[in-house]
Amino acid sequence: MRYGKLGDMAEQIPLVDYLVLGDHPHLTAHECTNCAARFFDRRNACAHCGKTEFKTVDVATEGEVRTFTIVSFAAPGVPVPYVAALVDCDGTSVRANLINVEPDPDHVTMGMRVRLATEVIGTDEAGTEAVGFGFEPATT
Amino acid sequence: MAADDLWVLGIHMTKFGKHPEQDLVDLASEAVMGALADGGVEMKDIGVIGAGSLMQANAGMGQQLQKQLGQTGIPVFNVANACATGATALRVAIMAIKAGEADMGLAFGVEKLSGAGLLAGGSRSEDSDTWAPRGRYGAVAPVDGRIGTEIMPGVFAQIGMEYGHKYGGTSFELFARISEKNHSHSTLNPLAAYTKKMSLEQIMGDVMIAYPNTRPMCSANCDGAAAAVVVSGKKLKTLSLEQQKRAVKISASILTTDPWEESCQILPDVNTLTRNAAGQAYEQAGLGPADLDLVELHDCFATAELVHYDNLMLCEQGGAVDFFNSGATWRDGTTPVNVSGGLESKGHPIAATGIANVWEVATHLRGEAGNRQIEGAKVGLTHVIGLGSACGVHILEKAAA
Repeated sequence: MRYGKLGDMAEQIPLVDYLVLGDHPHLTAHECTNCAARFFDRRNACAHCGKTEFKTVDVATEGEVRTFTIVSFAAPGVPVPYVAALVDCDGTSVRANLINVEPDPDHVTMGMRVRLATEVIGTDEAGTEAVGFGFEPATT
Repeated sequence: MAADDLWVLGIHMTKFGKHPEQDLVDLASEAVMGALADGGVEMKDIGVIGAGSLMQANAGMGQQLQKQLGQTGIPVFNVANACATGATALRVAIMAIKAGEADMGLAFGVEKLSGAGLLAGGSRSEDSDTWAPRGRYGAVAPVDGRIGTEIMPGVFAQIGMEYGHKYGGTSFELFARISEKNHSHSTLNPLAAYTKKMSLEQIMGDVMIAYPNTRPMCSANCDGAAAAVVVSGKKLKTLSLEQQKRAVKISASILTTDPWEESCQILPDVNTLTRNAAGQAYEQAGLGPADLDLVELHDCFATAELVHYDNLMLCEQGGAVDFFNSGATWRDGTTPVNVSGGLESKGHPIAATGIANVWEVATHLRGEAGNRQIEGAKVGLTHVIGLGSACGVHILEKAAA
């Protein structure tokens, strides 16, 4: 697991292990060394070609919105509305929320350029902050 | 009929809706006894059972049914395949007959979902007191709502929006009009869970679940069951002329899963496996989309119906919006789609759906659909898709006699 630490700020932990914190937060993927298929989860083998060797690669931090929805009705404890999207980051599809944007169809549009951004989602009993990620409009 | 043809001999669905007094076994029994009676056969004639009940997938529903209707010692295959569970149960019975292990099989699907809310992403566990990575993504906390959405209305909203982005022409109103069609169709279906017409304004003004899907644009959770008796051509020849006359030919029975595509583990790809299933089904049946007199497809959300026009090749690639706008999929159009009301209005008791849609088509092919009969229907297609994913497609033909 990777921890980020900035000065005397709270210790941080990424929400998921494919988010790398630090000065330049970014996502990583497991890329099949045979066919270049990319996956974010722990892999047994490649779903595309069946081979078992992977390397860790950085995923582009900018991309464009290929599709989205605005969720208005969710499980108790999940703040709504929020924008769930699929972002195409230079050919790698990423599932994420769109953040720092008004969650309505006037402000969220297909094809909009977005960039990775992080946000603290909570602090545990030890004072460690969990840091999640989303994508925000790249033009702001 | 050829000896290796496959036929629906008897089929039945319960009314979809609220059945508080009936448990799963009651509903399954009603559907199965109805299908047996419709086919003029008894449990002792059945050689194999495919049984589906997704929410009670480990309950041995097939054996529970046998204990009520007849313990004849035959093999039971209890299956679970998400929203394709019913089609999978049917497929199992068909495969057993094709394999020569039985000459008559039974398939049923049953579900009780009245009052159920969101079936996926309906609850999210509390964050723990200490962040600790768990699972295949090393997540320290639940991710639904933090990294995209797990709720089905949201997943399928993105699927429909993606189609619109790729080909253009979609809007909130367009998707709502698809729902308006299905809610209109169900006014003629006494077995539908909801039979009230809904105006476009009502649909668009209803509770937003996940843009652009409002509540009436989502499949309706309800109770229900459906069952089918399937038989080989060889066996059917030994039955009465009346049974032969009402039998409906199964010209294609296909089940597919999603082949790997770049983004399929990010947002489920419901398109490729449906297109594959349709292609295989048309080839198996020796028929094409132009031959279809009606289609019951998996409109789990209004946004899903649109993409399946294209996936089932009812229109040219990229042409689903124009196809819908032409009126083709209304019951008086060239390719009536979901004249039952579909999942949005007839309802979606999950495991029952993949057999209930066969019942709908078979009933039209038999000319027994009453005031919602598609006149002269000879060929129909049924489609279901379950995320994970599994896609079932059946093509049915009216008996030649």
